Amino acid sequence: MTVTDDRPAAEIGKDRRRKEDRRLITGSSRYTDNIVLPGMLHLAMVRSPFAHAKITAIDTSEAKQASNVVAVYTAADLDESAGVLINAWPITPDQKAPVHAPLPADRVSFAGEIVAVVVARSAAAARDAAEMVDVDYDELPAALDLKDAVADKVLAHPDLGTNKSALWIFDSKEAGTGGDVEEAISAARSDGVVIEREFRQNRLIPAFMEPRSVVVDPTGEQLTMWSATQVPHIVRFALAATTGVPESKIRVIAPDVGGGFGGKLQVTPEEWLAWWIARQLHKPVKFTETRSESMMAAHHGRDQWQKLTLAATKEGKVTGLKVELTADLGSYVAIVGGGVPVLGAFMYNAIYKIPAYHFACQTVLTNKTWTDAYRGAGRPEATFAIERLMSDLADELGMDPFELREKNWIKHEEFPFTTVAGLEYDSGNYEAATASAKEFFGYDELRAEQARRRDSRDPVQLGIGISTFTEMCGLAPSRVLGSLDYGAGGWEHASVRMLATGKVEVVTGTSAHGQGHETAFSQIIADRLGVPFEDVEVLHGDTQVSVKGLDTYGSRSLVVGGEALVRAADKVVEKAKPVAAHLLEASVDDIEFSAGRFGVKGTDAGLSIQEVAGAVFSAHNLPDGMEPSIDAEATFDPINFNYPHGTHLCAVEVDTETGQIKMRKYTCVDDVGNIINPLIVEGQVHGGLAQGIAQALFEDAVFDERGTLVSGSFVDYLVPSAADLISFDAHHASTPATTNTLGTKGVGEAGTIASTPAVVNAVLDAVRQFGVKDIVMPCSPARVYAAIAAGRAVDTGSASEGADQ
Amino acid sequence: MIPAAFDYAAPATVEEALALLAEHGDDAKIIAGGQSLLPVLRLRLNAPEFVIDLGKIDRLRGVREDGDALVIGAMTTHSAVANDPLVAQHAALISKAVATVADAQVRNRGTFGGALAHADPAGDVGAPALALGAEFVIAGQGGATRTVDAADFFVDLFETAIGEDELLTEIRVPKHTGWGAHYEKFVRIAQQWSIVAVAAAVKAEGGTISEARVALTNMGSTPLRATAVEQALQGKPATEDAIREAVGAVADGTNPPTDLNGDADYRKHLAQVLTRRAVLTAAGG
Ligand SMILES: Cc1cc2nc3c(=O)[nH]c(=O)nc-3n(C[C@H](O)[C@H](O)[C@H](O)COP(=O)(O)OP(=O)(O)OC[C@H]3O[C@@H](n4cnc5c(N)ncnc54)[C@H](O)[C@@H]3O)c2cc1C
Repeated sequence: MTVTDDRPAAEIGKDRRRKEDRRLITGSSRYTDNIVLPGMLHLAMVRSPFAHAKITAIDTSEAKQASNVVAVYTAADLDESAGVLINAWPITPDQKAPVHAPLPADRVSFAGEIVAVVVARSAAAARDAAEMVDVDYDELPAALDLKDAVADKVLAHPDLGTNKSALWIFDSKEAGTGGDVEEAISAARSDGVVIEREFRQNRLIPAFMEPRSVVVDPTGEQLTMWSATQVPHIVRFALAATTGVPESKIRVIAPDVGGGFGGKLQVTPEEWLAWWIARQLHKPVKFTETRSESMMAAHHGRDQWQKLTLAATKEGKVTGLKVELTADLGSYVAIVGGGVPVLGAFMYNAIYKIPAYHFACQTVLTNKTWTDAYRGAGRPEATFAIERLMSDLADELGMDPFELREKNWIKHEEFPFTTVAGLEYDSGNYEAATASAKEFFGYDELRAEQARRRDSRDPVQLGIGISTFTEMCGLAPSRVLGSLDYGAGGWEHASVRMLATGKVEVVTGTSAHGQGHETAFSQIIADRLGVPFEDVEVLHGDTQVSVKGLDTYGSRSLVVGGEALVRAADKVVEKAKPVAAHLLEASVDDIEFSAGRFGVKGTDAGLSIQEVAGAVFSAHNLPDGMEPSIDAEATFDPINFNYPHGTHLCAVEVDTETGQIKMRKYTCVDDVGNIINPLIVEGQVHGGLAQGIAQALFEDAVFDERGTLVSGSFVDYLVPSAADLISFDAHHASTPATTNTLGTKGVGEAGTIASTPAVVNAVLDAVRQFGVKDIVMPCSPARVYAAIAAGRAVDTGSASEGADQ
Repeated sequence: MIPAAFDYAAPATVEEALALLAEHGDDAKIIAGGQSLLPVLRLRLNAPEFVIDLGKIDRLRGVREDGDALVIGAMTTHSAVANDPLVAQHAALISKAVATVADAQVRNRGTFGGALAHADPAGDVGAPALALGAEFVIAGQGGATRTVDAADFFVDLFETAIGEDELLTEIRVPKHTGWGAHYEKFVRIAQQWSIVAVAAAVKAEGGTISEARVALTNMGSTPLRATAVEQALQGKPATEDAIREAVGAVADGTNPPTDLNGDADYRKHLAQVLTRRAVLTAAGG
């Protein structure tokens, strides 16, 4: 046996290039659409052009006779084994939700809903025949505008009798976590400040790069579904629960998946139809959506109205916050659609000590595309509201926006801190992140430039926006989910298998779709077991390999799944110890494990973990009665959420003649605890920022008065690219989380959550001087220019004055 | 998405292409770079039975001088036009405008003639061609060739003077050697068609504008020449204030669209601001 002392350098904290990128960027990856099976048939969907209509007749005869067409199905053909699409989070016991069948029986309730499916021998033949399906509709009035819909002016689903799905309330007085918000507001009205606002959360389209795709193979003992999904385990469960196939007969594989952002945590009509049709025909089938289909039929995000009342003393101490939300569910209650705003309920108080809080959310059915989680899910909305309010309050009081925030935030020595929403924040240091962000940003210089531009009436004005965000992620403590009526737990599973050759196979129940788990998890295992990074193989996304898991969303994979991994690895070490002791002829108590090596205290004797793994594999010489395996698994259920935070500062130049916005600088200092791979974290932050900035400035899913998605292609739905963004100045502060071994916090959504209010606050900071109080997102040049013109008109009492005159 | 099936031919000469057009009539469609036609086919907004590819006709490609004019072959790609030294020297306005079209991939496939024939009012090649008084050479059946002035070429939204059985072969641009030029394109994201854009070429001597050519993109159903503004600019000092005054009425009589990027009034306002900036930059200000 050789004793080496070249301890591997610490893997955690290393800028490892991502293992998965070689295959992803050289085209040697396997996306669902790349899968070709013998005899495979192709599906094409016939979709409703109407938002709300009665289907009076469907004539499939011509399509059925078209060449290479195998079958055409409509709702009349479906039976119980087609299943239904589930809502896993009924937020109240009396929540109203229409039944969501893969094909609606006789009434479509959004433009894009599938009414018939063509099955053909090629995708082109299926598409050609889909054009021949003749559907007669009787158009019905559609519930489109959210505010009209909540008033039940037109019903999205007439048989439900109302569009109101559920009313969910949290009240700090009732919960015993704080005072009475009405008292706080009336006190502030008589002796203090009350800020009242109504903000619009624009509707967003996740716009993942790989469109959704599904392949089903019904041959063999287990039925297999490949799907471009974030949630193979949940899809498997939902198929079993609704289509009558035992869970043990279902294998779901999420192969390489090209992005999701929440948009692929759905169970979809397309998947369910592929599943049912493959079973009907006993043939493999494939369906890959077009970009247009993706934009109109895959779920959308956000779409809320937020009515907000913030009470404070004249000195700037916040005394109460009241939130009244209206949230658009679209035409069906998606898998966690109703729960998204509820996730936000716990975050409106953010980093601040707010003594009284009331939150009420009304979810509403409309005849638009269904909505569900989109990067941040509930927390971006909450963060936007509070960070806008805090900047508005500072403006109202003539106070520095940082001073106001500091006056109200939780001081670093006050952790752990129980908030008015009832969460216990374990750690954080808002002072440190803020001080460092101000410095990197060059805050004072930019303020000086802002003053100069104001004084000289420069047509280009400068604005500075602040967002001191926090969020709750790492979904989720199962007990908390239970108390919120969520249909599942929030644990995660991992196993570690020591192979005979010394290589390590790690299986995680999380399901990466672009995040880089294979790399980050390899780094964790390399450190934990003291094995080379290259020797670790991370397996995921196949229910036959990853037998247990709850998948990837809500910035949970590292803080929940990573912790399960750490615990499984630690069990491997514990199991290996007696073997090492036996082989080294020492007592277990004298065995120490460090950097991959079992040593005997006070001696040079030792064995590497790979050597122990080899010995266990051969099993020639093990302690008496010992099972020949040191493999281990662990299931971790977090006891708390995880609370990353940070300070984001944005400077924009606003061209007051056109309303054009140009970003000047974006600095952020995020506290995401200990970092496994800085390069991956940087990538997550940059991408997250891009998406949050996009909500503020560019993206908007707009429907016309008949319910057609106007921004249904990338010509009109403006997704920014690198050319539209600046080089971000991203830094870190680190207060390790106390609720997981590695001290990590989630980073997947942080950038998106933090950036939207930073950008809008910056735009407003530039134009407040003209009397502008709000600009609806996305802050397009036209809107910014109109706001400036309107503000100036009020200022001067003339309606005609524009910037150009 | 998958286009409906069609037959395809790639003739080697203009004559063969014209013969195919005559043969297939209404059912045929020309394809140049495909950057506008393919999206239309893929979305099944159109389903021609026969597609005639001009890609193999070498003589439709390239830029050459012909006396006082520059001749740009219809099949010259956007990137070839944008990088052509002759165009830069004699028609800088065109180089600058074409460089703002889409992204490098689209510019490498899309063609100058294809874009002009497509006549998207938000496209960026029409206004500079119009401003510089380009002439369009159109080949018809039986060896006929006619030349159409820019003023008559753009008929309406996606409609030009090219007949159903004709082909655009080349574009003749009068040389504007020594003129200052600028294309001011207003967009929200980099890869976007113009919300409004202004093409300006200015001949300035000793701080005075002696001649100006101005045309507007997306201020109506075709590119628009701002003749009144051109006249107002003539003889004015190349200063911001003088130009501001001269271009004040640029949006008069225009009929710009209203869409998600802004309404007609906003576009009219933009046209004023952008014209001032375009002219000022073109005049070297
Ligand atoms: C993503 C994207 C972004 C874009 N952004 C912009 C932009 O910002 N600005 C801009 O100006 N354009 C933009 N375009 C369009 C681009 O400029 C196209 O290249 C142009 O519109 C069409 O040129 P083409 O050679 O591809 O023509 P094609 O698409 O092949 O043809 C277009 C039409 O013209 C007809 N046609 C083509 N050549 C001839 C001919 N010689 N004679 C008669 N008829 C002919 C065809 O039949 C067809 O109807 C964009 C395109 C894409 C895909």
